[in-house]
Amino acid sequence: MNIPERTLLRRLFMPYDLTSMAPATKVLVYTLLVLWLLVVLFPLYWLFITSFKLPIQVNDGPDFIPFIDFEPSLHAWHYIFFELGNDTFRPYLNSVIVAFCATVACVLVGSFAAYALVRIQYRVKVGNVLAFLVLLGLTVFTVTSLGAPLFAAAPVAIILFVFFVAAVGRYFRRALGNDDILFWIISNRILPPVVVVLPVYLMFQRLGLLDTHIALIATYTAINLPIVVWLMRDFFAGIPLDLEESAQIDGASRLRIFFTIVLPLARPGLAATSLLILILAWNEYLLALFISTADAQTMPMLVAAQNATRGPQWWYMSVLIVIMIAPIVLTAALLQRHIARGLLIGAIKG
Amino acid sequence: MAFLEARDRRDRAAEWVDRNAGKVFILPAVLTLLAFSLFPLLVSAYLTLTKLKFAAGGFTLRFVEWLNFKKLIFGSQQYHLLGTFDVFSIGEWLILGAIFALLLYVFVRYLTRPGVTVVGVIGRSVAYVVAGALTILLVLTLGGGFPGSLVVTLFYVFAGVSVQFGLALGLAVLCAQNIYGRNLFRVVFFLPIMVTPVGIAYMFRMLADTHKGPFADIWTWLGLADFSWAADPWTARIVVLIGDTWQWTPFMFIVLLAAIENQPRDQLEAARIDGAGGWQIFRDITWPAIAPVAATIVLIRLIEAFKIIDLPNVLTSGGPGIATESLTLHAFVAWRTQDLGGSAAVGYMLLFVATVTCLSFFNFAGKRTRRTEL
Repeated sequence: MNIPERTLLRRLFMPYDLTSMAPATKVLVYTLLVLWLLVVLFPLYWLFITSFKLPIQVNDGPDFIPFIDFEPSLHAWHYIFFELGNDTFRPYLNSVIVAFCATVACVLVGSFAAYALVRIQYRVKVGNVLAFLVLLGLTVFTVTSLGAPLFAAAPVAIILFVFFVAAVGRYFRRALGNDDILFWIISNRILPPVVVVLPVYLMFQRLGLLDTHIALIATYTAINLPIVVWLMRDFFAGIPLDLEESAQIDGASRLRIFFTIVLPLARPGLAATSLLILILAWNEYLLALFISTADAQTMPMLVAAQNATRGPQWWYMSVLIVIMIAPIVLTAALLQRHIARGLLIGAIKG
Repeated sequence: MAFLEARDRRDRAAEWVDRNAGKVFILPAVLTLLAFSLFPLLVSAYLTLTKLKFAAGGFTLRFVEWLNFKKLIFGSQQYHLLGTFDVFSIGEWLILGAIFALLLYVFVRYLTRPGVTVVGVIGRSVAYVVAGALTILLVLTLGGGFPGSLVVTLFYVFAGVSVQFGLALGLAVLCAQNIYGRNLFRVVFFLPIMVTPVGIAYMFRMLADTHKGPFADIWTWLGLADFSWAADPWTARIVVLIGDTWQWTPFMFIVLLAAIENQPRDQLEAARIDGAGGWQIFRDITWPAIAPVAATIVLIRLIEAFKIIDLPNVLTSGGPGIATESLTLHAFVAWRTQDLGGSAAVGYMLLFVATVTCLSFFNFAGKRTRRTEL
């Protein structure tokens, strides 16, 4: 066997052993990774230092390093926290309430459905679904174009539906199973929010709930539900059945099993899913644009409204964006490991 | 006694819940989705056929049949949705002919294969007709005309998702190597997803400022200090795309990285011992292992990318003109000008294109990855 001569060039491009990289490859890998690290961090760094700049420092051109290029000042922070005061805190509080409640509601309702789809066999008759759709369409038609009041049309439709199911339902053979229900739930995510937002707007207007927390929480719960069902289903599927069966033999009810055995076991999944929903609800823009105008205004609205007539005031904007990012980054830092795993499981089985 | 009765009633209630657990568990989700997607979808369908009229003390909806769609596709709003058309040049005829021949060939090949189903034929017909129509539209507007919000949205979706997938895959492969500080990279790379899109839009406006931004000196050096990217359609679109890429690459990255780390170790080691090169290992082991995850993550991004609004709205307010307007922004603009029916019609166009694209991709990629899995 002739051992290749270890020239300098060869040493640069050949790995020493099977598990390590050649030095040249290593340099290349680190260069590329650090490059992307800069791409990610530099905008955030710029945002952060801009929040400590005076207007004149921003307008004079780029200054990069605090204390050397420019003297940092807290004036923008002071303005946002003290002079604007309530105008900052109210949207902030709105955002916290809406995002938190929507996340809890969404994860809870979604987990219920996801668990049911894993453990309970459903058979929904196709005929009944069709009947429901026809009646729903008729209700919408009578209410919108014939002017029938909703409180009269809806009960009539529901009663007709119940009669239909009781009388004719049993003659249908074809039924939809769990996979079809799951597909329907997930396919709701394809629906662009802009298609549904007009009727939702009109609905909340009729109910007198426009510009309230409840409206935003309910909407965010609904639009994020498909994600929760999809992700949580795989976590529940991974929980061993015998634990639940032994609890059932001991006489525990389904609800009790769900809350005391299933949910605690799915904690990593819950953490990942909750974080994802929290990010989505916290940053949501389009629906808030329609549904909240003043009282329930959320942070993305406030940030977007900073495009003042005097030209964008970068220093104030930077402060707002920094205080918007901070809580999410802190939460995510705690849950970072879970989220990768959570998303992976969803993606593999989906 | 009253105490016992109450307890008895509670027991019975619990028993009822337990017997009907199936319904109790799934009904909240189903009802929420019915109220917030199916019901609005039907109302929206009705709205597309109406025109909003303000009357004394409120408003009325006048039924106008297909007028809203007609206006968008053939009428006064055509420039907004589809764009301004250009006459075909010979080269464009050739491109068009080639693409149509390809579509026809693929369709005929499917028809002559065993296992043709009715649903398959209908689905494919719809997908190919839409693909053909969009090709005509792209050629008509991108050559010499001016693209409308539909073409711009397609640009955001396809250019954005491809760039993001390429970057994310590259970074994931690099990050999966045996290197120090892997966790640091992973944590930092994940950051952008947490920044609100509105904030990202402002951040990139700040960074792209040719006078006050951090790259001002580079712009001056390049002699581009007075160049305004916001005034040129393509640079404005590309800045929107950069913001979108910055935000969404991490999402794909983190999932692809997890998938790569989950690939079969023993095969990897065997290949290394046999002296396989990096590219060979990636092509024959890593890629087949992560293909299903890759397909799913691309599908998720496709679904979400069609909804883009925050970035163009804040970065460029849709401008210059309508150059960066996405379909969702278009619908929002229509809503703001009290054109309720037009807004709903734009929404429905978006729904149609998004559904056809996502389902086509789902069927296409689903089969391919299942085959590679074997």
